[in-house]
Amino acid sequence: MANKMKIRAWIDNGKTTVKAIIFHPMETGLRKDKSSGKPIPAHYITEVSCEHNGKAILGCLWGPGVSKNPFFSFRFSGAKTGDTLKISWLDNQGQNGSSETKIS
Amino acid sequence: MLKQRRTFLRAGMTAGTLAVATGAGLLTPRGVLAAWPEKAFKAQKYPAALEALAGSAEATNSDAVKVKAPDIAENGAVVSVSVTTSLPKVENISVFVPVNSFPLSASFEMSDATEGFITARFKMAKTSDVIAVVKADGKLYTAKKSVKVTLGGCGG
Repeated sequence: MANKMKIRAWIDNGKTTVKAIIFHPMETGLRKDKSSGKPIPAHYITEVSCEHNGKAILGCLWGPGVSKNPFFSFRFSGAKTGDTLKISWLDNQGQNGSSETKIS
Repeated sequence: MLKQRRTFLRAGMTAGTLAVATGAGLLTPRGVLAAWPEKAFKAQKYPAALEALAGSAEATNSDAVKVKAPDIAENGAVVSVSVTTSLPKVENISVFVPVNSFPLSASFEMSDATEGFITARFKMAKTSDVIAVVKADGKLYTAKKSVKVTLGGCGG
């Protein structure tokens, strides 16, 4: 699942800021295909989990109201430079992906 | 009297056992992802969605919760919203857009390490309030911000 996510994480004043974008269509299931008039099936991320060195720090539960290619950001404490931050996601069609980055 | 007390104790014990069972199975501990609350995400009205998510629709307005969002959003498909709170022991931050077909947009489960801050981008069908509900120390606190949407972002 390469190229499906971008993560940046850095420490400033002892706090780690994380910014991430997951590339995903986030279809609500309410939109119609303009040429055929058929509804486009819902396809959106339901769960995202963020782990710092294997310990869960943030869990996201999402609905179709989150924008396409979701961006999100949060802050946490207790990390060191070089620690691993892993973000993994699961969507309503059972697809999933994950990506890791080193905290700088 | 005594008999009543026995019954009460027995009832309490059964409830306790149930709680342990659900604790082991469905409900994961704080900081780890809980099961996706389908009922809350499928609810079509704001108070019902909150009740399905948090078990109560009673939330106190609080100055300690701040919602940052644009006054006017030209494109309702991408509205950046930040929720910041200075409350201690934040367990959960949820964002609702009451005019959307499904008001509950996202729910963030916080851990001990995370701060009371979250930013994400949401869809908005039309001009509305964005409501943030923060669960801290077992209580619900809320704040809202009105966002004017010029172009709706939920398809159609």
